[in-house]
Amino acid sequence: MESSISKNHLGLSLGKNPLLVAAVLILVVAPLYVRRGADFAGADDSARNAISEIRPGYQPWIKPLWEPPGGEIASLLFSLQSAAGAGFIGYYFGLQRGRRKAAENRPDDAKRQRAATSRD
Amino acid sequence: MEPMRQARSLTGRALLGGCLFLISARQAGAMHIMEGFLPPEWCGFWFLAALPFWLAGYRRIKSIVARRQETLMLLGVAGAYIFVLSALKIPSVTGSCSHPTGTGLGVILFGPAVVSILSAIVLFFQALMLAHGGLTTLGANTVAMGIAGPLLGWLFWRILRRRAPEGVAVFMATMAADLSTYFVTAVQLAAAYPAREGGVGRSLVTFLGIFAVTQIPLALIEGFLTVLIVRSLGRNAPETLALLGVPETPSGAGEEAA
Repeated sequence: MESSISKNHLGLSLGKNPLLVAAVLILVVAPLYVRRGADFAGADDSARNAISEIRPGYQPWIKPLWEPPGGEIASLLFSLQSAAGAGFIGYYFGLQRGRRKAAENRPDDAKRQRAATSRD
Repeated sequence: MEPMRQARSLTGRALLGGCLFLISARQAGAMHIMEGFLPPEWCGFWFLAALPFWLAGYRRIKSIVARRQETLMLLGVAGAYIFVLSALKIPSVTGSCSHPTGTGLGVILFGPAVVSILSAIVLFFQALMLAHGGLTTLGANTVAMGIAGPLLGWLFWRILRRRAPEGVAVFMATMAADLSTYFVTAVQLAAAYPAREGGVGRSLVTFLGIFAVTQIPLALIEGFLTVLIVRSLGRNAPETLALLGVPETPSGAGEEAA
């Protein structure tokens, strides 16, 4: 009885999750194959060019306060951004899982203690 | 017949134009409106439009902070999810890159007002540290990513959550929030830059060709990812989700464990 509960709470029944992960991977990788040779620049660069086509000679009226010096620094900051987010999400899931396990074990401990005391 | 063909040829030209630009473009960037590329009067207009939502969101977040630690942590997760997804530039079938918004999760958990604040925080960070989007365009970009998109996503969520399987409702709401964000960005740019011939409508076709088509596969990706994270929230934090009124644990672990 108790063992069946703990087994189910391992949380390993993933259901459709592998399918969802596969769908994401296919959607990310497929364009690299379909569009071999493209350089996969950002869509806002095309927007910028479209603006200068509609308004030839358009100059931005204000410049960013600070710009990352170069693509490597920009990608460093982007990695930091997603690492911070992913770190917090991982922390939350770990915390919840730990709490759930602790809550599951507590009734067992109580029973065991009761059994121990009644034997005395 | 004639206008149809015209529209199609316009879309085609916009797409072709977009592809050509992509080959010449070197600098990678975000998909929000860049600093200095929205005339000052439009910047002001969109700030004003965002203001009531920011106020409503601020009030809701204050009540969340006052109410329960559990929900506050989940608010952090919703914000962190936007942080992660909006930092990931993902290749699309158009041969260019764009990034998802990550707002779907926050919309499902907390509604659009709260997401307007979460989005503004992420947009502010990206404008300041990454020269992505911009401080003057923060209002416009919040309206697109943090308000209009989330409102439509929320509408989908409210309609579908009791009528469709949870996964479907989450997927559709996320897709709607993601796609409409880029639709609104295109509208904002078209309104500011009407074409000499054809006006706002023609500009809209141009900007939609750039943003929307690229975004379709990304919206699918974001939809799948958000289903994944809502499912694991249902497994790991069912009580917290119940507090927020997200219905039933997702099919899967919850039922099997019962």
